[in-house]
Amino acid sequence: MKANRARPAQPKVTTAPRKAASSHYILKLYVAGQSPKSVNAIVNIKKLCEANLQGRYVLEVIDLYQQPQLAQGAQIIAIPTLIRELPSPLRRVIGDLSSTERVLLGLDIRSEV
Amino acid sequence: MNKSKPKLKPLAKNKYRHESHFRRQLPKSPTGIQGLDEITGGGLPKGRPTLVCGGAGCGKTLLAMEFLVRGATQFHEPGVFMAFEETAKDLTENVASLGFDLKDLIARKRILLDFVHVERSEIEETGEYDLEGLFIRLGQAIDSIGAKRVALDTIESLFAGLPNPLILRAELRRLFRWLKDKGVTAIITGERGEGTLTRQGLEEYVSDCVIVLDHRVSEQTSSRRLRVVKYRGSTHGTNEYPFLIDDDGISVLPVTSLALQHIVSSERVSTGVARLDAMLGGKGYYRGSSVLISGTAGTGKSSFAAHFAEAACRRGERVLYFSFEESPGQIMRNMRSIGIHLQPWVNKGLLQFHSQRPSFAGLEAHLAMKHKVINAFKPQAVILDPLNSFVIGDNEIGVQSMLTRLLDFLKTKQITGLYTNLLSSGTTRDQSDSTISSLIDTWLLLRAIDSGGERNRGLAVLKSRGMAHSNQIREFLLTDHGAELRDVYVGASGVLTGSARLTQEAQDQAVQMLQKQEIERRQIELKRAHQALEAHIAALHAEFEVKKTESLRITGQEQAQGAQLALGRLEMGLSREKDVTAKNPKRRAV
Repeated sequence: MKANRARPAQPKVTTAPRKAASSHYILKLYVAGQSPKSVNAIVNIKKLCEANLQGRYVLEVIDLYQQPQLAQGAQIIAIPTLIRELPSPLRRVIGDLSSTERVLLGLDIRSEV
Repeated sequence: MNKSKPKLKPLAKNKYRHESHFRRQLPKSPTGIQGLDEITGGGLPKGRPTLVCGGAGCGKTLLAMEFLVRGATQFHEPGVFMAFEETAKDLTENVASLGFDLKDLIARKRILLDFVHVERSEIEETGEYDLEGLFIRLGQAIDSIGAKRVALDTIESLFAGLPNPLILRAELRRLFRWLKDKGVTAIITGERGEGTLTRQGLEEYVSDCVIVLDHRVSEQTSSRRLRVVKYRGSTHGTNEYPFLIDDDGISVLPVTSLALQHIVSSERVSTGVARLDAMLGGKGYYRGSSVLISGTAGTGKSSFAAHFAEAACRRGERVLYFSFEESPGQIMRNMRSIGIHLQPWVNKGLLQFHSQRPSFAGLEAHLAMKHKVINAFKPQAVILDPLNSFVIGDNEIGVQSMLTRLLDFLKTKQITGLYTNLLSSGTTRDQSDSTISSLIDTWLLLRAIDSGGERNRGLAVLKSRGMAHSNQIREFLLTDHGAELRDVYVGASGVLTGSARLTQEAQDQAVQMLQKQEIERRQIELKRAHQALEAHIAALHAEFEVKKTESLRITGQEQAQGAQLALGRLEMGLSREKDVTAKNPKRRAV
């Protein structure tokens, strides 16, 4: 798996007390190779996570060109698609994530920083 | 797979012949759907997308699915079905009722089902996006089973699920181009929009072949229709064709044989009533002709139909009896009462009944069902009883076109068709039947003749193409051994029927009897005279004999007396002069 940028899970414990365990985020970003939208999305989500979810998220970037068989299971149509698997419910954000506000809205992240 | 192989061969052969015949035609991908390939001249454009659109419930999904299933089972072309509306489970269950075993096909990798779930409420748009995910997904699906056919059902629902229609449009355009590049034959379904073929105007992008499906209700019955609106690079049937969805999937009816070139038989088949045969040139109907029996209520139309059916069964032919007003049991019971036993033929499998109310389905569906049943049963004779129960309200034009096609179909199949037609008592006969009269070869008219306080039945041959036929109106009786035609008595006040005819018959009989008696009397008299004469002759003969014997006796007596006399004289002489004269009297006596 190409899971990367995943922070060790431990810091969660230190930052979590303010909220319930639901504040731990598992995010998956589906992209298609090096297309401009994909590249933008990767850059944007990293920036956003660092800014808002530092230490309490796992981000996995999946390149569908490399693993096309994953598209069906994850119900991917649009590229790029960001899926918030945790906390439930599942949420999807499509687009290059350039509109930070809407991403935060879509992922239901309250900006506390 | 083993099954599909032998089927493939003759098809391929056909295709080559087809292509050499129309060299300019596009390569086509046969749908395997009954009738659709005929309309499109061989199928959908190979390697190109086809748009199938229509309102809700008109059969788009089914058409797409059947295209794939037939492709996988008959033409060796695996297919990918991408569903945007129904889940894989629902789809599998839905088409199972049509005899498609999707599970098996999926397990054998002949078909791949992919349900695309798009939920608007879960999606937030945050910038530029494209549908590359769909492309990847579809590409992956196609490559994994080597698909040649693709169905996208209904891709328009993306518009409801994804924001920003502008992007979608651009992406769909790219998708269709991409499908073409992939070389797959695709069906894209679309919901009918207002003023446009599809709600999102997909027809702008998919323009090689567009098929419109329609589901119409008129007079409370529905009929499905299919039309090929456009087919680039190919000729195609342009009419609206009725189609049917039943246990075997879709069947489209490319209706009329426009050519009017059916084979004609000069073989004759009996009507089942001997004297009616005699009225029709002595031999009955032509095989493969259409016969119409029309008459007002209760004139015996069905009885003549049953006679014909029985006669055909007796010849060992198969008969299909469509009845629209009576159940098979009722028909058989009623016909038993006039001595026509149909049940044995049903048991033998020569006679088949199909009873359905006309309102059961639309005209086209009726037509399609009949086609199917006829194709399956392969009868030599078909009976429709009665035809005009189809006329509900003012759908006469529809009925006419349906009947035309049905009659045409039967003719091309060389099936003798016998139809009954109920006339309402007020209408003039020629007017009410004018819709189909031109298609009818032999037309019998049954009528009730009111006279002398009773109703009697009369039969006339209105027309009978290609044979000498009687011009007489005959009375007939429905007896316990069937319909019986009688001679017609024409008296001073016209045709005599019923009691009047019986009276006439009785009178005739009386006259005849008198004549007969007179003749007999005369003959006896003559005989007596002859006998008297003979007796007289015999008496004379006897008298003569008596006289003859008498005269013989007298002659003999006289001779004897003469001899006696001579003898006496000799003896006397002897006694007188013994020696001298003894010799002389002896000599004299001898």
